[in-house]
Amino acid sequence: MNPAFSVVFLTTLSGAAQGLLIALVGVESAAWLGLVAQPAAASVFYVTGAALAVVLGGLGLIASFFHLGHPERAWRAIAMWRTSWLSRECLCLPVFLACACLYGIAHGFAWPWSLALGWLGVLASVALFVCTAMIYACLRFLQEWATPLTLVNFVLLGCASGFTLATALSAWLAPVLTIGLAICACLLTLAGCASRSASLVRNARLRPKSTVQSATGIHNPKLVQVTRGFTAGAFNLREFFHGKSAGTLRGVKWAFLAAAFVAPVLLIVLGASLHSIDVSFALLATACLVQYAGLVAERWFFFAEAKHPQNLYYARVG
Amino acid sequence: MTQMALVIDLNVCVGCQACVTSCKEWNTSGESGSLADSNPYDADPSGTFFNRVQSFEAGSFPDTEMIHFPKSCLHCEDPPCVPVCPTGASYKRKEDGLVLVDFDRCIGCKYCAWACPYGARELDEGRKEMTKCTLCVDRIHDDNLAERDRQPACVLACPTSARLFGDIHDPQSVVSQAIRERGGYQLMPEWGTRPANHYLPRVPTTSAGCGGDACACQSAGAAADGSAQVPASPASQLEAQLGRGELHLALMAKRI
Repeated sequence: MNPAFSVVFLTTLSGAAQGLLIALVGVESAAWLGLVAQPAAASVFYVTGAALAVVLGGLGLIASFFHLGHPERAWRAIAMWRTSWLSRECLCLPVFLACACLYGIAHGFAWPWSLALGWLGVLASVALFVCTAMIYACLRFLQEWATPLTLVNFVLLGCASGFTLATALSAWLAPVLTIGLAICACLLTLAGCASRSASLVRNARLRPKSTVQSATGIHNPKLVQVTRGFTAGAFNLREFFHGKSAGTLRGVKWAFLAAAFVAPVLLIVLGASLHSIDVSFALLATACLVQYAGLVAERWFFFAEAKHPQNLYYARVG
Repeated sequence: MTQMALVIDLNVCVGCQACVTSCKEWNTSGESGSLADSNPYDADPSGTFFNRVQSFEAGSFPDTEMIHFPKSCLHCEDPPCVPVCPTGASYKRKEDGLVLVDFDRCIGCKYCAWACPYGARELDEGRKEMTKCTLCVDRIHDDNLAERDRQPACVLACPTSARLFGDIHDPQSVVSQAIRERGGYQLMPEWGTRPANHYLPRVPTTSAGCGGDACACQSAGAAADGSAQVPASPASQLEAQLGRGELHLALMAKRI
């Protein structure tokens, strides 16, 4: 597949926003249960966090419009929620944004039911993770995507980037929470690294179910395309071929493994263990940016790695 | 339930691309709007086509076969492109089994193209809407056309009649008979999409001689077998042939 940057930014930005809201509600729930001390300026932390989640999710929503040929008809996309995961995502994303918005407002005006709103937001966030991942996992002949690992990766990577953001935010606004959030962010990042590596190993061993023989029904073991029938450009060539070399793909793979998992863990450990709040915040903010860049590369690779069976019909110009 | 479909005979397709151009001509002039053609006379041209004829080579030299392989939307009976559409623009019609796109509802998200393992759908660059083979839905039900013309443009254009059109659910139709008698098969059966379009395989041919009685190599082969067929003189051969009402000049040509 040729990675579409609109979708790369949509899934990474909204994943980080969902993870951030889960982190905020997690902190508030832990404080409500008495597991952690309620920070001094708690409402500022929650309001800023919720605002950041809304901004990130909103940017993702804007990015998604660039994917459409007719963005002015986008409202129609909620119609087929009974059958289409994309339609369900289009319903869940605004609900999630509304919940995050209300959660921030509730904290801003000190409403008593902020935690209940927060848990509604967590539900919307989880539902959105499922919808986003299932858009890809439900395409059974894109074998690289058709695995439960796709769902696990989307949840873990979104939560990891969200918790890293929450850690950086806490270093600035509520330092008492930083250590706890930093531990969660590191654990989620490591879990994400494990599940993403598992899917890399799985995909490297995949045997394509479709062959040029099954695609044409000509059962000769030596069957090659002589011409795809045209020399010009076509949608099928632009959409399903990324045109990058195997070396580039390998480079992107190692780059995202380093930038999305290794570097953030090191930066979070270093940032959380320092006493100077300024340096700590700077390191944690760097961790967020490096991890986000890594996740953009990860999502690019996720698309580029998937081999669409239609490519069997477009193997040679002639 | 009716399921209209094409049955494509790989045994007679010569790869002339007449179906490709007639498809483009009909569908770019039709009521659903034009099909893009960017830079048609320039470097890097690009355009939308519903039908492509590709060529495959099977076997190793000298035992090779060239197979010309037309490919368009297969109008699957369980189309994976339809349930994924978020707007309902893609649908499968009950009355004739066609998989169609309601262009006015398409948002151009390309998800249906991702969901089609055959690469049968193309997003039109100009209209930014998903387009695909409609089996010439605006021809096949048009009562203003003579009955023999109520067929897809590609079927009418094929000079070798490699494309048959009909209802595969009607056991008496030409397409059902062809599938039964010639072993018609579906593409990528491993995904369970149950394509309506079928392909008729090549009929195996023997490689010894050309097999036709219009060629001298057959009599040369027969002579090598040692059978006692004494070649007649050219004049009497010609007489005999004219008596049967046929003339094979190649057969009478002398081998040097």
